Amino acid sequence: MAEQTIPVTEPAQTVAQGKPLIRLENVHKIYDLGEIQVQALRGVSLEVREGEFVAVMGPSGSGKSTVMNILGCLDRPTKGRYFLDGVDVSGMSKNELARIRNRKLGFVFQQFNLLSRTSALENVELPTVYAGISPEERAKRAMEALTRVGLAERAGHHPSQLSGGQQQRVAIARALVNRPAILLADEPTGNLDSRTSVEIMQIFQTLNEEQGLTIVIVTHEQDIAQYAKRALEFRDGKLRRDNIVRERLVARDVLKTLPTAEEQAAEDAEDNAREERHGHGDAEK
Amino acid sequence: MDFMNTFRLALRALARNKMRSALTMLGIIIGVAAVIAVVSIGQGAQYMVQQGIQAMGTNVVFIAAGSGRPGGVRVGYGGVKTLTIDDMNAILREIPLIKEAAPSVNSRKQIVYGNQNWSTVINGTTPNYFEIRNWSIQSGSVFSDEEVDLAANVCVIGTTVAKNLFLDEDPVGKTLRIGNIPFRVDGVLESKGQNVIGQDQDDAVYAPYTTVQRKISGITWVQFINASAISPVASVAAVAPITSLLRERHRIRTGDDDDFFVRTQSEVADLMNKTQGVMTMLLGGIASVSLLVGGIGIMNIMLVSVTERTREIGVRMAVGATESDVQQQFLVEAVTLSMMGGAIGILFGLVGSALISNFLSWPTLVSVKAIVTAALFSGAVGIFFGYYPARKAARLDPIEALRYE
Repeated sequence: MAEQTIPVTEPAQTVAQGKPLIRLENVHKIYDLGEIQVQALRGVSLEVREGEFVAVMGPSGSGKSTVMNILGCLDRPTKGRYFLDGVDVSGMSKNELARIRNRKLGFVFQQFNLLSRTSALENVELPTVYAGISPEERAKRAMEALTRVGLAERAGHHPSQLSGGQQQRVAIARALVNRPAILLADEPTGNLDSRTSVEIMQIFQTLNEEQGLTIVIVTHEQDIAQYAKRALEFRDGKLRRDNIVRERLVARDVLKTLPTAEEQAAEDAEDNAREERHGHGDAEK
Repeated sequence: MDFMNTFRLALRALARNKMRSALTMLGIIIGVAAVIAVVSIGQGAQYMVQQGIQAMGTNVVFIAAGSGRPGGVRVGYGGVKTLTIDDMNAILREIPLIKEAAPSVNSRKQIVYGNQNWSTVINGTTPNYFEIRNWSIQSGSVFSDEEVDLAANVCVIGTTVAKNLFLDEDPVGKTLRIGNIPFRVDGVLESKGQNVIGQDQDDAVYAPYTTVQRKISGITWVQFINASAISPVASVAAVAPITSLLRERHRIRTGDDDDFFVRTQSEVADLMNKTQGVMTMLLGGIASVSLLVGGIGIMNIMLVSVTERTREIGVRMAVGATESDVQQQFLVEAVTLSMMGGAIGILFGLVGSALISNFLSWPTLVSVKAIVTAALFSGAVGIFFGYYPARKAARLDPIEALRYE
C-alpha cells in the first residue's frame, strides 16, 4: 500500500541546505534475543540538515521505531556511526547520552507521557531540572515554552484536567524548554482526533518554519506525513525511499476547512436530532 | 539534580500514597521505639547497679585472708591466720596509694535485748570503716578510737537489727547482749539496703575489732582489711604493691600461692557493668531485628513503587535524567521514609520509656548515644534497603520503560 502513497519526484538531499545535524553512516541494529537475532536495521545511511521537517514512515517491523530510538540517543547502533550536530555519539556512555538527550533533543510521544498529579508548568520544567538550571530560571523558561504552544493560562492545571490536544501541547512545550537542536516526535497524533491532529501539526509547522527548528516525526498516517517537507520510508530495516513531499499540506489552511470543536458539537447535535426524527432506523447517511 | 529538589520530589511521592507510606514507616517506628525504650531500661538498670557499687564505698581495696594451705589442707576465705593488724599498718605506712584502712573481724552470734533475740554478724572494726564504706550514722555516734584501744564493750547497729531487736524503742544508749557480754549501743547506721549480690547490709552489728578479737572470737588475726585508695585508678594500681608487701611479710616463697586475696571495687564494678552491658546489647539486638524487618518492608514498597512508576522513570530518562539521577531519587525516597520512621520512633521510644519509669517505677536512663545510634541506624536501613530498588530503577532501559503499560 505504501508504494505510491507519497507523491514525490526528486531525491531530497539536493534541496536541503543548512548544516548537517544528523548523519547516520551504515547503521545496523541487531537485537540479541538469546536463541535468535533480530536484524532491526540493516545498513541505514541518512543525513538530516538544520531546518528540515522529516516524516519517517513504514509499516510495523520496518525499523522506523529503531531508527527513531537511535536518533533519540535512547539506543546505540550495533554497527555504524551516528553523528549528531557534528559529534559522534554512537560510542558514548549512558551518562553522556543522557546529557545529549537533555541538551540537544526534545521528545514528543504518542502517549504524551506527562507526569500525572504534576502541574503543566512542572511537567515542562522537568528537562531543565536535569540540566541544572536555577529554580527561577526554570520557571521562566517553562512559562515561555508554554506560551509558545498557547497554554500559558493552563500552567497550573494537571494533565487530567487537560484535553488530549492540550496534553500534547504541554508535551511539546516540555520538548522545547531546553532549546533543543532537534525535535523528535513518535506518532504525535496517534491518540488525537483529526482536528486536534492538524492543530498539533500546525504547531510543528510554525516551529519549523518560523523558528527554523529541525523536526523528525514518525507516523504511519499518510496525511500527517503530508505536513512534513521530506518523507523517509523504511522497510525491512532499510531506508527504501527518501523524497521531498510534494503537494505539502499547510495546517493553517487545512484548519479553516475543518469544523471547529463547537461546530462539530452542533453538527453532532443535529445528527442526533435527525436520527430522533427518523426513528431508530438505519443510521446510514 | 540538586538535593533539595530530590528531597521535595521524595516527599511528594510519599504523600501520594499516605497510607502505604505510613504503614511502611510503622516497621521502622516500632523498631526504633523498641530500641530506644529497651536501651533506656537497660541503662537505667546499669545506673542502679553503679549507684549500688558506689554505695559500697569508693576506691575500696578489699584484702581477705585467703585459702592458704596450712599443713596441706586448704581452707576458705578468711580461714588462714596470717593476716594481722600489723599487715594493715604496714600497708598504710609503706603504700602511699592507700590513704585509709580498717580491719574486719567477723563472727555470727545470737544477740539479745529484753525478751527479743536475733542472729546476726558481729563485725569488729575501727571507726574509719564507716568513712571508707561511705556510710553515715542515722542517730547517736560511732565508737571512738580510744574505745578500740581499750577494747570497750560498745557497738553501732544496722537498721535491720534495730528493728528486730528494739522494735519501736530508740536503741541509742541501751545495752544489748552478745552471748553473755553486755554492749552499749552508741549509734544506729543509715539504712544502706541490699548490696549488689542481694545481702542485707543493715543486718549487722559493728564493734571495736579489739573487743571482737579478744572477747567474742578469741583470735589475734583479722579476716579482712578494707582499704581506701586515693582514687579509683589508685585502687587498681595498689593491688600489685599490696600483694608483694604481704607476700614478703608472710614470707611466701616465689612460686607458692598467696595466702590472701586482693580485690578492688572497680573489678566488681567492671564485672557488673559487663553483665549489664551484655543484657542491654542482647535486648538491643532483639529490638534491632524488628528494625531489620522494617527495612525489608521499605525495600518491598520501594520495589512496588519502582514498578508502578516505570513509565515515569522512562520519561525522566528520555528528557535527560542520568542513571545516578534516578538512583538518587529513589534512594532519597527510601531514606526519607526510614528517617521519618526513625524520628517518630525516637519520639515513641522516649514517651514509652517515660511511661515505663512512671507506671512501673522502673528507672530508665535515656541515652543520647542510643538516640543518635537509632537515627543513624534508621538512615542506614534506608540506604541499605533502598539501594537495590533504586539500582533497579536506574538500570531500566528507557525504551522499555516508556513502552511499559
